Amino acid sequence: MKRPHLQPRTLTLLAVLLPIALLFIYVILRSGPLAPVAVTTTTVSTRAITPALFGIGTVEARYTYRIGPTVAGRVQQVDVQVGDRVKAGQLLGLMDPVDLDERIDAQDAAIRRAAAQLRDAEARQRYAQTQSHRYEKLLAVHAVSVEMMDSKRQELQVATATRSAASEELAQMRADRAALLAQRANLQLLAPVDGLVIRRDADPGTTVVAGQAVVEVIDPHSLWINTRFDQLGAQGLAAGLPAQVTLRSRSDRTWDARVLWVEPLADAVTEETLAKVVFDTLPQPLPPLGELAQVTVTLPATTALPVVPNAAIRQVNGVRGVWRLVDGDLHFVAVELGAADLDGNVQVRKGVKPGDRVVVYSESALSAHSRIHVVEHIPGVSP
Amino acid sequence: MISLAGRDILHAWGKFVFTGIGLGLLIGVTLTMAGVYRGMVDDGKALLDNSGADLWVVQKDTLGPYAESSSIYDDLWRSIRAMPGVAEAANVTYLTMQVGHGEQDVRAMVVGIAAGTPGTPGWPPYLVAGRQITRGHYEAVADIASGFKLGDVLKIRRNRYTVVGLTRRMVSSNGDPMVFIPLKDAQEAQFLKDNDAIRMQRRRTAANPAFNRPGVPGLLDDVIASQSSNNYVNAVLVRIKPGYAPEEVAAPIRRWKRLQVYDRTQMEGILIGKLIATSAKQIGMFLVILAVVSAAIVAFIIYTLTMDKIREIAVLKLIGTKNRTIAAMIMQQALVLGLIGFVVGKITATYAAPLFPKYVLLIPRDAGMGLLGVMVICVLASLVAIRAALKVDPAEAIGG
Repeated sequence: MKRPHLQPRTLTLLAVLLPIALLFIYVILRSGPLAPVAVTTTTVSTRAITPALFGIGTVEARYTYRIGPTVAGRVQQVDVQVGDRVKAGQLLGLMDPVDLDERIDAQDAAIRRAAAQLRDAEARQRYAQTQSHRYEKLLAVHAVSVEMMDSKRQELQVATATRSAASEELAQMRADRAALLAQRANLQLLAPVDGLVIRRDADPGTTVVAGQAVVEVIDPHSLWINTRFDQLGAQGLAAGLPAQVTLRSRSDRTWDARVLWVEPLADAVTEETLAKVVFDTLPQPLPPLGELAQVTVTLPATTALPVVPNAAIRQVNGVRGVWRLVDGDLHFVAVELGAADLDGNVQVRKGVKPGDRVVVYSESALSAHSRIHVVEHIPGVSP
Repeated sequence: MISLAGRDILHAWGKFVFTGIGLGLLIGVTLTMAGVYRGMVDDGKALLDNSGADLWVVQKDTLGPYAESSSIYDDLWRSIRAMPGVAEAANVTYLTMQVGHGEQDVRAMVVGIAAGTPGTPGWPPYLVAGRQITRGHYEAVADIASGFKLGDVLKIRRNRYTVVGLTRRMVSSNGDPMVFIPLKDAQEAQFLKDNDAIRMQRRRTAANPAFNRPGVPGLLDDVIASQSSNNYVNAVLVRIKPGYAPEEVAAPIRRWKRLQVYDRTQMEGILIGKLIATSAKQIGMFLVILAVVSAAIVAFIIYTLTMDKIREIAVLKLIGTKNRTIAAMIMQQALVLGLIGFVVGKITATYAAPLFPKYVLLIPRDAGMGLLGVMVICVLASLVAIRAALKVDPAEAIGG
């Protein structure tokens, strides 16, 4: 048999074509549907996790005092500005008394008149008394008739009644005056507590209705965060739990806080549970009311159970589970999930055992027939 | 027996191989173009696959949520969840917008996903790095095509989101990468105007005497609060219970909830038949032109290669070579040329595909069709060359 004679030219040709052919085979096997799917795996370990709840809320004051007149009127003066610290009982502003001072003057005059009338009635009563005594003596010596005596007695009774009416009228006038003074005092807008002025809604000259606030004062020591947690993740939320608060304006640091109470009423529209979170120590300077805050509530650690990353959890044909790697083959196992923490660890109540290898990341969706290729990092992802 | 074709190729192999490689680049472009078309279709299908839904419930008389805008109330999912055959129902919002990333911005489709556990409809079905969203606000999972990395902070409207996970092939039907954020944030992003607009709206409301009544303190604040909240979503994604047919579940929702419901087939029809129809036709047209041009060039090359050695063929004829042998030589050369071209084309297309900004999907069926096409064109082209070669007068070998 003749050995094929390989000329240098043939060798060169092969040297060019062979790499191309090999590259072609590599391309066919390594791309497209025949290519194995790169996956990363992890080993299931048993450990306790510390679940946490994440919510957002706004800084609010627990006690807000909206100070305004009890009757409609015009604002005469407002003595405080927004940001002022006030003491309990301090005058914040005054409503225009309109004719109240004049009415008090008129009342004073009326009191004096009533006092004069009282003096007049007293004089008349004294005179009637004297007359009555005199006629009684005369009647004893039969100098006047019984009829005359009865007339004098009646005059005394009338005079006594007139005097007591005048006295009561004076008392009424005085009471009216006291009422006017009370109304006058009511026109003063006073601070009910030591606090901070946060709003000045009306300036002198503005007409306000009854109940409308002129000045709003808060108790700055009562700042809390009205926090909203999605109901789905709110399991375990309870009063007294420690929390971490980050304010939107100072996002580089956190404050320790705790849950004061969980509202018994949830928001049915937004499907959120509400809770009040108070600072352990107030941030200084005080955050503005209404500032957005992020609240992370730490729950007590759970008992140790197998833990998988949440990226490992997949949905196949309506079943939630993980891809288990057994001898290089993929098996989908349904799992029952337990507590989860904010770092993406999920406890598995049923489905996997410690030591199982499960797929975490994959280049594309997996099926039981997928050819896989276990890697450290998915290609294209910077470690 | 010695192979005439092989001897001839060896004789001028450099010219032959480089012609093949040149032809391969042309075939590579054609294959890539087919890949671009397949990629467009696949983008649409990926969008549907990744939503993990069997049914899409959208506003009545719309083609939403992808092809048209659709908005429905965000509490409707509860009544849909209670319909027979519904295993899971979840709200979702879609908004294509520029997402801020440092100094630049990236075009992305922002998907608002309902709170829940991984696997809830709308959630990214798999990740390539990081973790799924665990906080109800200000976290994002981004597609790797967006260029975001884990820990990056991206800006959507006025809020900043931390990228906690990365996905792959999560794209809109336009090929824009997706960014998944919690639903409540997405609802806000979709509705929230810039601060100037909000201030103007407040002023306008305050100027309306119907809302700003001195006798009713607090009315204005309440009206403004109700104006700046958004309780709409774009669609409800429904996963049906095993044993139910999609239409069986869809019909009662359509009838009693008076909403539009699409199943997977209808949704594919909308996306591929309506949304990307024109651009797909455009690419298809271009593909046809490329194929015709490639065929013409292959024919020219083979004809020219044959004509180059017409004197040698005349000599062959002169020494009494059979016509069949000459025809076989030309056809074998044409087929080998086509094969080299295809192999080079396939390699080029495979390595060029990831460089394209949008997804290019090379499927083996297209490659098979391409190989068949190339071979048929080579055979047809060689027929012309064979005809010319056989007509040559042996006298030319000595005369010409």
